[in-house]
Amino acid sequence: MTSYIIRRLLLIIPTVFFALSFLFFIFFALPGDPASLIAGGADRVVDQGVVERINERYGLDDPLLVQFKDYWARTLQWDLGESYLDRRSVNDILGEKAVNSVRLGLWAIIIEVVVGISVGVLSALRRYSLGDRFTTIVTAAASAVPPFVLGFLLQYLFAVQPHKQGWPEWAQLHTSGLGPDTWTFFFVPTGDQWRYLVLPAVTLACVSTALAARMTRGSMLEVLRADYMRTALAKGLSERQVVVRHGLRNAMLPVVTLIGIDFGTVIGAAVLTETTFSWPGLGSEIADSVGSRDLPVLLGLTLAVVLAFALINLVVDVSYAFFDPRIRLGKGEPA
Amino acid sequence: MTIVDPGAAAAAVSVGDAPSSEELGEARPLRADVWRRFRRNRLAMLGLGFLVLLVLAAVFAPLVTPYGIKERSAEFRAGPSADHWFGTDAVGRDVYSRVVFGARVSLRIGIVATALSVVIGVVVGAAAGFFGGWADTLISRLVDVFLAIPYVVLAVAIATVLGRSENTVILVLGFTGWMAMSRIVRASFLSLRNLEYVEAARALGFSRRRIMFRHILPNAVQPVIVYATIAVGTAILTEAALSYLNVGPQDPTPAWGLMVSQGKGLLSNAPHMLFFPGGAIVLTVLAFVFVGDGLRDALDPKLK
Repeated sequence: MTSYIIRRLLLIIPTVFFALSFLFFIFFALPGDPASLIAGGADRVVDQGVVERINERYGLDDPLLVQFKDYWARTLQWDLGESYLDRRSVNDILGEKAVNSVRLGLWAIIIEVVVGISVGVLSALRRYSLGDRFTTIVTAAASAVPPFVLGFLLQYLFAVQPHKQGWPEWAQLHTSGLGPDTWTFFFVPTGDQWRYLVLPAVTLACVSTALAARMTRGSMLEVLRADYMRTALAKGLSERQVVVRHGLRNAMLPVVTLIGIDFGTVIGAAVLTETTFSWPGLGSEIADSVGSRDLPVLLGLTLAVVLAFALINLVVDVSYAFFDPRIRLGKGEPA
Repeated sequence: MTIVDPGAAAAAVSVGDAPSSEELGEARPLRADVWRRFRRNRLAMLGLGFLVLLVLAAVFAPLVTPYGIKERSAEFRAGPSADHWFGTDAVGRDVYSRVVFGARVSLRIGIVATALSVVIGVVVGAAAGFFGGWADTLISRLVDVFLAIPYVVLAVAIATVLGRSENTVILVLGFTGWMAMSRIVRASFLSLRNLEYVEAARALGFSRRRIMFRHILPNAVQPVIVYATIAVGTAILTEAALSYLNVGPQDPTPAWGLMVSQGKGLLSNAPHMLFFPGGAIVLTVLAFVFVGDGLRDALDPKLK
């Protein structure tokens, strides 16, 4: 197991290297000159002297491969460079934005796991009941709603309308911004903070919660029909024990895979959710940096996201072994 | 055929959609059987009905809309009325007409992009699952690299390089959407490649390509069909997201996502500008999901 984990950790290195290099070259193929962008924006006429000084400062005149080498030399020392737009250190931007994203993402995952799995299990146990049919429709519907449409709908129902109708202050949620930024234990919102957090968190969680519920229901149904479930019942275990110890544990395997694969979707949804709610996290910052072609910010923040993604995938693969002891990691077929 | 090999049965169960050993002996369900089962599913029929309606509306768009997509009236941001069923947008264009014409954009992008990603995903996944070994490792790592880049970032980056247009979106979706498909096909192939009928085909000396595409693929095709149907919906969803982030088709193209983003900031004054195109996205994607689900249930009589 340990050697498997070490081998997987080493594999993260080429993955991250190729992913970032790919983005690096894509952005160098872009039309337009970053130097004149830094000097004053794409549309304005800029002084040639300024452009030259900028080219020298950032080494933008160097051959592509030299810039590429410099980029990696800096990145390996965790120096992510500085923003083309306001010369802020990308490390600082990352630190500031990542905290907001992690808090939002954490709440989304809490909602996904708690609501998604319990709804899925209940739905499978009471198959074809009214609740099950309702859940099936709602979870199908939820995965079809883009985060920005859901976001605007929730804003309309819980912020715009309450404001127009003059509901009490505490019942009016907020449509945008981070809010007072007050938290206890890092992630529990205090004071007014929850009125800013709840809408983006629900919006971000919506799609993955629905997917988790559907996947749990499907794989639970599959497992409930298995022979070993009948055996477990026959040897006299209570229904509860059978469902939790034998059923859920086997049913979780595809769900765990889903949550791992889904992480990319969550990041995609985070870009849209954070943009819609003006939540100052990595997602909205990445979207902004693509729009303004702020390469250091884009690459720096993407590096962080890619690293996080690789580590989560590793955790997912290792958890296979926990959920399914039939899988021996590192021997024969990779999980 | 009865279950003799618990390992194979376990493998089939863990894949989920792969046929169990019990089923392999039966004849494949006839098309009429599948249709009969599909027809009984009310949601799936509702979805299919909506899609038929949508395709007709898209094809005959000029006949069912009172205004053109660029035609401006004197009313800006007016709410729904008898003249303008869905109201007008910020420059006085009829939202209903634009939503109907938008169906053309969404369907075209969704279907072409999905076809592209299905072809790539099936070939890559089949190769990875069948050959195993270093080919599998290499392909799985490649998929990891692509999956490691948040797709919105990747899509936005490519769209910015190639220019913001409909064709770019199709390419972007095609080349970022195949990973999930390849993982599904790989998993099916992994579980199927050691079954006895494959061994038999190998013993008969068939070429590897023939075994892959003529023997194994037909048995792995059900999840592919189901996934592809749902993937068209997903592609439309992603297209809407890219348009919303303003890297898709540009104004005056009536892309639904773009229309939603044009209504941004007008939520309290003109919510209809957001909700009608947004609703169109939701209903369309939903219809594809329902049809996909209905197909899966109809193709998999084991659940009956």
